[in-house]
This record gives sequence, C-alpha cells and structure tokens, in this order.
Amino acid sequence: MGFRDVMYEKYKEILESYMKDQDEKALYLSQKFSRKSIEYKISPEEIISLHRTALAEMGAESLGSVMPSFDILLEVMMSYGLAYREHQSLRTIQQELKSEIEVAANMQQTLLGTQIPDVDCLEIGALSVPARQMSGDYYHFVQDEQGAVSVAIADVIGKGIPAALCMSMIKYSMDSLPEGRQEPSLVLESLNRVVEQNVDPTMFITMFYGMYDTNSHVFHYASAGHEPGFFYNHEIEDFEEIYARGLLLGIDKKTKYRQYEKKVEVGDIILLMSDGVTECRTKDGFVEVDTLKEYIKKYIHLGAQEIVNKVYKELEYLQDFQLRDDFTLIIIKRIK
Amino acid sequence: MDSCVKIINEWDIVAARQLGRNVARDLGFGTVDQARITTAISELARNIYLYAEQGEVCIEKTESGGKIGLVIISEDQGPGISDLRKVMEDGFSTSGGLGAGLPGVKRLVDEFHIESNPGEGTLIKAIKWLR
Ligand SMILES: Nc1ncnc2c1ncn2[C@@H]1O[C@H](COP(=O)(O)OP(=O)(O)OP(=O)(O)O)[C@@H](O)[C@H]1O
Ligand SMILES: [Mg+2]
Repeated sequence: MGFRDVMYEKYKEILESYMKDQDEKALYLSQKFSRKSIEYKISPEEIISLHRTALAEMGAESLGSVMPSFDILLEVMMSYGLAYREHQSLRTIQQELKSEIEVAANMQQTLLGTQIPDVDCLEIGALSVPARQMSGDYYHFVQDEQGAVSVAIADVIGKGIPAALCMSMIKYSMDSLPEGRQEPSLVLESLNRVVEQNVDPTMFITMFYGMYDTNSHVFHYASAGHEPGFFYNHEIEDFEEIYARGLLLGIDKKTKYRQYEKKVEVGDIILLMSDGVTECRTKDGFVEVDTLKEYIKKYIHLGAQEIVNKVYKELEYLQDFQLRDDFTLIIIKRIK
Repeated sequence: MDSCVKIINEWDIVAARQLGRNVARDLGFGTVDQARITTAISELARNIYLYAEQGEVCIEKTESGGKIGLVIISEDQGPGISDLRKVMEDGFSTSGGLGAGLPGVKRLVDEFHIESNPGEGTLIKAIKWLR
C-alpha cells in the first residue's frame, strides 16, 4: 500500500468515526492528520478530493445532490494550494539566504577581528554586538613600539549587509595607512578621502580615532561626527563628555579634523561607543544618557571588560533583548 | 482529438478550460489533476487575453516511453516577455505573489517550456503526465 493509500485509509477512518458519534477524539485525530499531511506536502485540493472520495465510498451517495459542490470547493482551493507551494519554495530560498549570510557574518568577524592591546598601565574592555547578523560597527586597536595605544571606533549609518560591506572597506583602508604612529586628525583626513572616493554617496560613516600615549598619559583624539564618548574622572567621581567636532567621513574630501587631548589620571576611564548604545530604544523611548552613566557607575569597581559586559546585559534587558542598532562599547581604564 | 481554442475575449478562457477538462478526463486523469490542468490552462489563457490580446490554446495528447501525457500549448504574437528569468521567479507576478502566474503553472505541470521574444510573441508548452 502506497503512502497516499495509507493516508486515505486513515482519513476515511477518522471521517467514519466522526460521522457516527461526532466526538472530540476524531477532531483531535483530524488535527494530527492535518499536521501529517503538511509534513508530506499534501496540498489543500488533494484533501478535498480525499474527502469526496471517502464520502462516496462510505455510501454517502444519499448526499448525491451535494457531491458536485465539491468540484467548486476543489477549484477554489487550487489557488490556496499554489500559494502554499510557493510559500514552501520561498522558505527554502530564505533558508539558503540565511545560511549564506551566516557564512558572510563569520567572514566579517574574522576580517574585522582585532587584538585588545596588553599594556601594564591600562585595562581595556570592548564589546561589539550586531543588531542583525552583520555589523555596521567597527573597532580596532593598534599598539606601537613607543608605547602608544590607538583605538578606532566607527559606525556606518545604516545596518545589515550594506553597512557591513562598507565597513569592510574601511577596514582595508585602515590597514593600508602608513606604518607607525599616526596623529588622529591625520588618520581621519586620509580615511575621509578614501571614503569620499569609494563609497556610495548615500552611505555615511562616523569615526572616532584616539591615541593614548602611555608615557605621558595623554589621550589625543579626533572625531568625524561620531557619537561623543565619556570621560570618567575618578577623583570627582563624575563624567564629562569627550567632545570633538568634525564632519562625517565621505562628505567633503577637503575636510580637516581638529585634534583634542585629555590628561588621564590613575582610575580615570575613557568610554567610547557607537550610537547603538546611546540610542538604544525601549518601549518608553530612548535610554537616557544618565541611565547609561548610572550603569557604568554601578559597575565601576569591576574590570574594564566586565563593565562592558554588564552594561551590555543591562541595556539588552532594557530593550527586551531586541537590539535595534549595532552596539559597540569600549572602555579604557588607567590602572597605574 | 487535437484541438485548439482561440483566445480573444474572457469567455474563451472558459472554452479552453472545458476543452482541457474533456481531454484530461478522457485520458483518465483524476479530479485533482483535472483541476490542475484547467488551472494551468486558465493562467495561460488569461495571460494571452490580458497581455497579448489574442492567441490560441491547444490541447494535445502525447505518448513517450509508454507514458501518456496531456500537452497544453499556448501561443500568441503579442508583445512577448523580455525578462523571462524575472517572470519565472516566485513572487514576481502582478497579483502580488499568491503563487499563481507562470511559476504556478510550472508547479502544476510536469514539464514546462517557454519561448518568448519581445515584439514577436510567446510560446508555452506544458505537459502533465498520467500517473
Ligand atoms: N502571453 C504573454 N504575452 C506578453 N506578456 C506576458 C504574457 N504572459 C505573461 N506576460 C508578462 O509576464 C508577467 C508575469 O505573468 P504571470 O502570469 O506570471 O503573472 P501576472 O499575470 O502578472 O499575475 P497573475 O498572478 O495574476 O497571473 C505579466 O505581468 C506580463 O507582463
Ligand atoms: Mg498571469
């Protein structure tokens, strides 16, 4: 007996039992049958035909005058059947796309990977979480022999695959900057020229570039329209904004960036982030910067990486675990 | 048994379906397959009526390797279709991806061939084998 015959017998059995006593059990069995038939890709029109055949065979020919109505039902079900089959094939396509994106996302992770520098006087923590599979955020550390730690954090306006593609380009242009120590303002100026020439004019990139001199403990920085970071002053136990003016990358190739500097004392903290951190939305509106500061204060006694992880957990919770934008947070703490 | 229906107005679609159903029944197709064949004919004939203004749908019997099949041929000298790949994609039809249209026809039958040149017209051949 073929599988279709088995299904048919099963259906007939259910139908016969229900025609006799109209009990709930038969209805439950029908529900199970329905799941099975979807599993075996039996389309709606086939079910109608099954029903009619079963009725006819059960000698329900007394219903003879009603039988032709099934032709209408069957015909009406045709389009549902087609829509159902299309759905099936679109689902397969979607799964293929999904796994393709997963591969791409893994490649991106490798591509954008960066080593957190290991220096005695600093403790550095960093976390970047994409809202979808691929990220439009980027951060990168460079450490040179003279004892400077440079950090770049960038955000492509937009998210998903286009943002990720754009980010890969930034990564390559960073890699092709000349070796050795680079002034933050000059780094931004040269990246700005690359972006202006190579990126679709509708794509904008913000970037913050900082260089921490571990000899003088001065943090030099410049920003291309990037989300302002915070500076935590250990002595007064309060925050100040790390303010830096500058146009986004890719708008005007002649843009000049101003460089700023900040003396860092033991216990002070530099916080850098993408706008996914400050613009993280909850159902009651944006998360206030003050809320963010509170969280940081709450965990300030912890190690840099732990602070980052805890703050992320808090914000994730606030947003009901649905990130709306790529999230990147970097904490640099002077420990001696 | 070979026969054709000219498609000029909407009611010719009904005639084409009727022809298809008769041939399908005579060849021994069951009710579900009959409905599939007539749905395919409907879609093809409706496309002729909507986009080519006029054309013809022919129903033939075919035999190959001991199998019996029904062939639907839809032919017109209308504007043709320039991007066949696009048209055969799921979700493209103007009806908004309800699974109908040409990709739907392709699913309803066992074999589907389409030839179309802009400015020359469209020829579609679809076969359903009797199981
Ligand atoms: N015989 C034809 N001649 C010219 N163009 C055609 C013909 N058949 C189809 N097309 C073109 O191909 C497109 C897709 O046809 P298809 O039947 O798949 O979907 P549709 O007719 O747009 O929507 P529906 O789902 O209602 O059938 C049509 O919109 C039309 O532009
Ligand atoms: Mg159509």
